Amino acid sequence: MSTALRPYQAVFRARFSLLMQYRAAALAGFGTQCWWGAIKIMVLAAFFRGAGATPMTLRQAIDYIWLAQALLTLLPWSVDPDVARMVRSGDVGYDRLRPLDTYGFWYARAVARRTATPLLRAIPMVLTAGLLLPLLGLSEWALSPPAGWNAALLFAVSLVLVVALAAAVSTLMEIITVAALSERGVNMIMGGVVIVFSGNLIPLPLLPDWLQPFLQLQPFAGLLDTPLRIYSGLFSGSDAVIALGRQALWVMVLAAIGRAAMARVMARLQAQGG
Amino acid sequence: MRTHGTLARIPHSVMTASNIVVDGLTKSFHVAERRAGALGATVGLFRRRRRTIEALKGISFRLADGELLGLIGPNGAGKSTTIKILCGILEPSAGHCEVGGLVPWRERIRHVARIGAVFGQRTQLWWDLPVIESFELLRDIYRVPQARYRTTMDALISMLDLQRLLDTPVRQLSLGQRMRCEIAAAMLHEPRVLFLDEPTIGLDAVAKLAVRDFVKTLNRERGVTVILTTHDMHDVEALAERVIVIGNGSILADGSLSALRRGALAERRLLVFFANDIAPTEIPGASVRRWEGRSAELSFDPRVTSAHGLIAHVTSRFDVEDVHLDEPPIEEVIARFYALHAIDA
Repeated sequence: MSTALRPYQAVFRARFSLLMQYRAAALAGFGTQCWWGAIKIMVLAAFFRGAGATPMTLRQAIDYIWLAQALLTLLPWSVDPDVARMVRSGDVGYDRLRPLDTYGFWYARAVARRTATPLLRAIPMVLTAGLLLPLLGLSEWALSPPAGWNAALLFAVSLVLVVALAAAVSTLMEIITVAALSERGVNMIMGGVVIVFSGNLIPLPLLPDWLQPFLQLQPFAGLLDTPLRIYSGLFSGSDAVIALGRQALWVMVLAAIGRAAMARVMARLQAQGG
Repeated sequence: MRTHGTLARIPHSVMTASNIVVDGLTKSFHVAERRAGALGATVGLFRRRRRTIEALKGISFRLADGELLGLIGPNGAGKSTTIKILCGILEPSAGHCEVGGLVPWRERIRHVARIGAVFGQRTQLWWDLPVIESFELLRDIYRVPQARYRTTMDALISMLDLQRLLDTPVRQLSLGQRMRCEIAAAMLHEPRVLFLDEPTIGLDAVAKLAVRDFVKTLNRERGVTVILTTHDMHDVEALAERVIVIGNGSILADGSLSALRRGALAERRLLVFFANDIAPTEIPGASVRRWEGRSAELSFDPRVTSAHGLIAHVTSRFDVEDVHLDEPPIEEVIARFYALHAIDA
């Protein structure tokens, strides 16, 4: 097993350590995300003040926003620029020269991107929102601890599934990029879809009740909404386990679609340059 | 398959021991055509005109273990398409091919583990990583055992003089340095077959020589089968015993370079240096290519006119200081060959 996985682990390690070098970008991103988080919280607080019964408390909404900001780079809303460059230059053919399952190869690379960058962003965000704000006397606006030990554990499991799901979506987006020979269309469509349907723009619990069944069934909820509801106790017990199951199911479905799509795209690959 | 009649055929004994078999390979691409102008673009939204380009129109050849084959032809002739099919990157539209008993696109993973490839215009090294890290990543990707990797690496480092480059990020290497690293990267898993697609493109003279020497050593001393495409005829002259000329998706010639020369442009050239200015004049059995006062260049067909006869004639007629017998440069032979076959180079 370990030798079978060695190439994929190596691809992951190389990409991971490369992405960990982008510290300046992480710092800039951290600043922007704090700023956006603060604005979103103020807007929500204004809404909550005038509202009657709400589907989540302001406390839960604040946690949702801070965590959504911390996990922003986990969301697969754009194609890996390196992959886009490879597709345009035709270097993508080199990936077919490796004695690897190309889907697994690309998936390993996507997992690296969906762990390295979020780690660099999430740690300072969580420290700031969870520790610095209370120290500054702003506990009311700070990120609070998870709803309990169970919630914390299920949240951790759900985060692992988020990485698996985000990598599956990323890989599928890359395969579409190869077929279209450009990443622009994919970025344009997925940017909007992922931000809205994951709950990053507006927390999904705040959307109308009649939309909720659909929102829970679509794959993008598993990218953000699921772990955040678990964290603040909106999902607990069997609800939480079912939500984790939905995440896992989407990972398998999207991986199967990606695999089939890749086989098709690679079979009719028209490498450029004669 | 079309072959050029005057060129040497491959002996049958070689054909039975062939390692690479290519049979009637065809590949066509569909390209969506854009219509000109705003109206054309609007129409194009609804109805796409598709054009089929036949990149390969039935290519067949065989290659024995340890052979070194030069694939030449003008841009767009189908050289790279042939290489990409043999590498398992592209699937042909029809036809069959096998490399070491494997069909490249059908048994891709097993096939690519046994071949190496360098595409001169692309890079397989990770741009932001030091060279050594790319090598280590490739070692893991190809599952090369550490001890084996150490030996191969040591040999490659000394053959290609890589020691000083190992810790440099790829983006900081010169093209020549990078190409040496690219070739090393392709050889880390000790493939028995190496595909080189324009490996000397853009390189300076020294780097070209280094690449040629290395390829020659691999082929002659280690018995690695090499298929090479190039536009640099000196690469072909220095390396390939056998040349296949591809034009418009078909094989036009398959044989040695000297056979190609005999078939396309058999003429020889005689350079004559006179002791004093001589006015241009007719020379029997030869034609005058150039005549400038104290020097003249004559061309003649060695099958009709003998070189020593021509030299005797010239030296007896004029006061000659020196003569130099030459063949037309290989570029000219190839250009003539393309012209004979009416291909646009």
